[in-house]
Amino acid sequence: MSGAAPPLFAAGARVRVRLDWPEQRGPAHIRTPHYVRGREGTVLRPLGRFANPEDLAFARHAPILPLYHVRFDQRALWPEAAPGDEVVVEIFGSWLETA
Amino acid sequence: MNLSGLENDRLLAALRGLLAAKNLVSAAEIAERIAATDQASPAQGAAMVARAWTDAAFRARLLADGTRAAEEFGIMMRGAPPLGVLENAPGLHHLVVCTLCSCYPRAVLGYPPFWYKSVAYRARAVRDPRGVLAEWGTVLPEGTRIRVVDSTADYRWMVLPRRPDGTEGWDEPALAALVREGDMVGVTIPRAP
Repeated sequence: MSGAAPPLFAAGARVRVRLDWPEQRGPAHIRTPHYVRGREGTVLRPLGRFANPEDLAFARHAPILPLYHVRFDQRALWPEAAPGDEVVVEIFGSWLETA
Repeated sequence: MNLSGLENDRLLAALRGLLAAKNLVSAAEIAERIAATDQASPAQGAAMVARAWTDAAFRARLLADGTRAAEEFGIMMRGAPPLGVLENAPGLHHLVVCTLCSCYPRAVLGYPPFWYKSVAYRARAVRDPRGVLAEWGTVLPEGTRIRVVDSTADYRWMVLPRRPDGTEGWDEPALAALVREGDMVGVTIPRAP
């Protein structure tokens, strides 16, 4: 991961979850569920800043990262979803890029 | 419970002794935490829901900052993750799941029920929420949108259900008695008898 500060997103921003699989590169602790990776959603609201659990889990120095509540249409995730239904997930800014 | 002589108990005593000797955690703080953990139960969350149904100002505070609202009830939130409260509304129903493990608002609801931790619930709630609700016998009004909240990181989430019809004039204890833990996860909705 680069050392650059992750972008700050406001409520309503369209974002894409990075299509990345760190668990394939070695031991990893990841709080970004597989089913949203590479998918687009909308920031509901920023939730504050928290130490990165991916580092905390290994007792490494953990940078403080912004955390967002991001809404996805169920239809964007699962083919059989009912129209209008949603999934909201807490995602760290380091996993998000502008969509 | 007296486990004296057992290996685990000796380890625990050694750890407690070190924590106290290094002034990290006192015996009183450990006792306070154990008491708070033992006290946490769905009844606490139900009392908060009943207050929110009868007190608009509290409802606003609960939705704005669940942690501070819980502290108003004397619930120890220090050291607990922030509490977020999800308001069900006409046309919108929330369902909480932790697909990655079993994150649960323990400070206000106590230990998670066994089904909340099951692989089946964790996998299905996020992908087939309507199927899960149907199996619980939960019927939502037509046209209701479901918002599944996957508790993946630093918050813990509880649902503020809608006050059931037929409870006009009820006092807080009577209302709180209607609210079950499943209502605050979103698998069920409270009903007047």
